[in-house]
Amino acid sequence: MKDWRYTPTAVVLHNLIAGLIVATFPLGLYMSDMALSPRKLQLYSYHKWTGIVILLLAILRLLWRAAHRPPALPADMPHLQVSGAHATHFALYGLMLAVPLSGWLMSSALGFQVVLFGVLPLPDLIAANKATGHSLRSLHEWLNYSLLVLVMLHVGAALYHQFILRDGILRRMALGWGERK
Amino acid sequence: MRVLLAMLMTVSTANTMAAVFTVPLNDKSSITFISRQMGVPVNGHFTKFTSRIVFDPARPDVSRAEIDVALASVNAGSGEADDTVKSPLWFDVKAYPTATFVSDGLKALGGNRYQATGKLVIKGRSFPVVVPFTAVPAGTSMVLDGVIPVSRKQYAIGGGVWADPSVVADLVQVHFHIGLAPAHK
Ligand code: HEM
Repeated sequence: MKDWRYTPTAVVLHNLIAGLIVATFPLGLYMSDMALSPRKLQLYSYHKWTGIVILLLAILRLLWRAAHRPPALPADMPHLQVSGAHATHFALYGLMLAVPLSGWLMSSALGFQVVLFGVLPLPDLIAANKATGHSLRSLHEWLNYSLLVLVMLHVGAALYHQFILRDGILRRMALGWGERK
Repeated sequence: MRVLLAMLMTVSTANTMAAVFTVPLNDKSSITFISRQMGVPVNGHFTKFTSRIVFDPARPDVSRAEIDVALASVNAGSGEADDTVKSPLWFDVKAYPTATFVSDGLKALGGNRYQATGKLVIKGRSFPVVVPFTAVPAGTSMVLDGVIPVSRKQYAIGGGVWADPSVVADLVQVHFHIGLAPAHK
C-alpha cells in the first residue's frame, strides 16, 4: 500500500486549480452581465488573470501527470466506474487547458491584449477579428458549461465514494500527515 | 554631366520644396487613439474630422493647421463603449460636439521633423499643446504623422466613477495621420 495517495505536489496543484475555478467561473457569469463600468473592467481583468494562472497550473499539472503514475484505484472497483473515472479525469484535464485557452483566444480576437496582473503583456494568439471573437466567446461559454457538468460529475463521484461507498478514496487527494489507510 | 545632374536635382528639390500642401486626402487620413484600461492598450478612432491645413515645408513659419474632430463619430471598440464615451461624464457630445486643434506656430526641427504649437479645445476647455510631427512625401502628396497626449483629467473626460486612473489611465495618446495633396495652381 505504498503509493495509495497522490504526491503532495499533485494534491496542492489539484486544490489550487479547484479553488481558482470555483472563483473564476461565477466571476465570469457575473461580470459578463454587468453594464460597462470601471468595476466591470476590473473584474474582466481579474477573471483573465486567474484564468491564465489556471492555465499555467494546468500545464504544470499535466507535466506532473506525464512523469507520475497516479495511485492505483481500489482493486474491487467495478470496471464501469474505473472507465468512467478515467474518462472524466481525461476530459477535465482537456478542459483545464481548453477553457482558459478559448478565453485568451477570444480576448486576442476582440482586440484586447491580456496583460497579466496589469504588468506582463502576453502575446496575442490570433489577429483581431470581431466575427472570430464572437464565435470564440460562444466557444468559451460552451466549454464552460461542459466544465460545469464534468465538475458536478467529478464532485458527485467523490461524495458517492465518501458517503455511500465509504471507501476513503477522497483521502487520496488530500495532504495527510502520518495517518494511513 | 555631373554639373547637369546637380542642376537637375536642385531644380527638382526646389519643385518639391516649392509645393504648398493644402488639400486633405480623406482616404489617406485617420485619427486614432490608444487608451490604457487596467494596463491594457485599447485602440479607438474617430471616423469624422475635417482639417484646414496650409503646409509649406520651405516656409514652416507661414504654415498653419486647424483640425476639427466630430466627437460623436468615436469608435471605442464596442457599441456600449461608444455610448459611454459620448455621455456627459466623458465627451458630452450633445453639449460639446467638436474637439479642435488650432496651431499658432510651426517650426522645422530638421530632417522631416516639425513641431506645431497651438491650443487644443475639448469640452470647452482650452490648453496649449506642443505637437511634434513628421512630414514625409508620398508621391506628389505629403503625409503628416504626430501624437498628441491628452490628459483626461485636464479636459474632464471620464469623470465621476471613471476618474480613477488605475482603471483607465489618465493619458490617452491621440495619433493623427493626414495625407495632403499640393494646392491646385
Ligand atoms: C479556467 C479558467 C476560466 C473559467 C472557469 C472561465 C469561466 C468563464 C465563464 C463561466 C464565463 C461566462 C460565460 C457566459 O457568458 O455565460 C466567462 C466569460 C468570459 N471569460 Fe472566462 N473563464 C476562464 C478563463 C478565461 C481566460 C484565461 C480569459 C481571457 C484571457 C477569459 C475571458 C473571458 C471573457 C472576456 C469573458 C466574457 C465574455 C463576454 O463578454 O460575454 N476567461 N468565463
